Amino acid sequence: MISGANWSILNVRLVRIAPLVVATATIAFADPAHAVGTAAGTTISNTATATYTDPIGNPVSVPSNQVDVRVDELLNVTVASADPGDVAALPGAVNQVLSFTVTNTGNGPEAFRLAPINAIGGDAFDPTTTSLVLDSNGNGVFDAGVDTIYNPGSNDPLLTPDTSVKVFVLSTIPGSATDGQRGQTDLTATAVTGSGAPGTTFAGQGVGGSDAVVGATTALGRDKGFYIVSAATVSFVKSASVLDPFGGTKAVPGSIITYTLVATVSGAGSLNNLAAGDPIPASTTYVPGTITSQAVAITDGSDADAGEFAANRVTVRFGTVPGGQTRTVTFKVKIN
Amino acid sequence: MKFLLTLLAFIAPVAAPVAANAANEVSLTSSVFVEKAVPQADGRTRLVLEEPKIVVPGDKLVFVLNYRNQGAKPATDFVVTNPMPGAVAYQGTPDASAIVSVDGGKSWGPMAALKVRKTDGTFRSAYPEDVTHVRWAMKAPIPVGAVGKLSFRGVVR
Repeated sequence: MISGANWSILNVRLVRIAPLVVATATIAFADPAHAVGTAAGTTISNTATATYTDPIGNPVSVPSNQVDVRVDELLNVTVASADPGDVAALPGAVNQVLSFTVTNTGNGPEAFRLAPINAIGGDAFDPTTTSLVLDSNGNGVFDAGVDTIYNPGSNDPLLTPDTSVKVFVLSTIPGSATDGQRGQTDLTATAVTGSGAPGTTFAGQGVGGSDAVVGATTALGRDKGFYIVSAATVSFVKSASVLDPFGGTKAVPGSIITYTLVATVSGAGSLNNLAAGDPIPASTTYVPGTITSQAVAITDGSDADAGEFAANRVTVRFGTVPGGQTRTVTFKVKIN
Repeated sequence: MKFLLTLLAFIAPVAAPVAANAANEVSLTSSVFVEKAVPQADGRTRLVLEEPKIVVPGDKLVFVLNYRNQGAKPATDFVVTNPMPGAVAYQGTPDASAIVSVDGGKSWGPMAALKVRKTDGTFRSAYPEDVTHVRWAMKAPIPVGAVGKLSFRGVVR
């Protein structure tokens, strides 16, 4: 936008300027403070000065008129997923969190309207977004009850140039989703002043009465987020081998039975606090000191290691076991 | 309002340049244009110089300086100096005789001859965006009645 009365096209024969297009090749801006460009509303003032020597030898200095050009507001925004990968969730789970970063890449302060998109082709299910939450304490992590719930039109985040806000998308996973399925939820951010094809102009709606101009991002940012259903199940298989006192395999009094319990976890998820417990069968007696977990001995006492023999029962704890892995426990009993 | 380059050649002067001082016998007029790429019906893009109604970062500006010796005597040692507006990065000039400064006007030279001191004390070649001033120094006096035009390009930072 131009201001001042002195803008002029006097004596301009610009045909001479045209070949200048090739004058420079690449320009690398060194100043990071200008990452998003000159601030909207800045006035570019240009004045030149001519000096010469007059006929009687005196130096003369002549200023030109001043041309003021105000920098208009460029509307630009980006949205980027802030999750390292798919977010694991269980079928039917509520308030499952996707994280996005919304950045004002324009040159003026601007508010942005946020919206989730769930109905997207190509995924296995549609998450149901229940709320968008602004990371109001700026710690980058969703804090239920602390971060501010977003209401379109009432607390659209106002971002100064080159600043970001993290936005959390909270969704419910359909109960019908099955292990390994992915569901896509996108977040969009749109400049409140307006969006559209690059170059679209909103007269007088920029900073300080400047015009607002849609930039290369179309003033609408969007990125993808994915939930992945990550269920896990465990199955136990128990087997026994018998060694009788005579070196055979008959189950007679005095024979030693070795039980082997194999826990197999399947699915894309993992199981927390997985444990195996097995009561000692009737008519048998536990052989002390015979518990192993993953071929490592476990003491009988209720102590620091991950298992014990107590109340005529063998218990071994595995902690968190991801899908696709097995845990094996063995112990021995003697037939009475 | 758009001025196609080809049309500009036919625009005649419509008024006398703004004289900074009636006592000055040389006048200097500054003007700025913004270069926009306008898609044409045939699919090609045409570069158009416009009145800078809308200017955003990244826009290419053309600064034009017109001088006129309206006095009765030639002007000797004629020098025109244009400090770069802070928000504009210099992009060059078609005048091979122009010299520039990258240190606020303390030293001058052709672009290729200038160096910039880096923070570690070593020097690197100056980039166009380092330019702080553009200057034209005319070897010959400006005759009575002569007009001339100087120009340089910049991009809004």
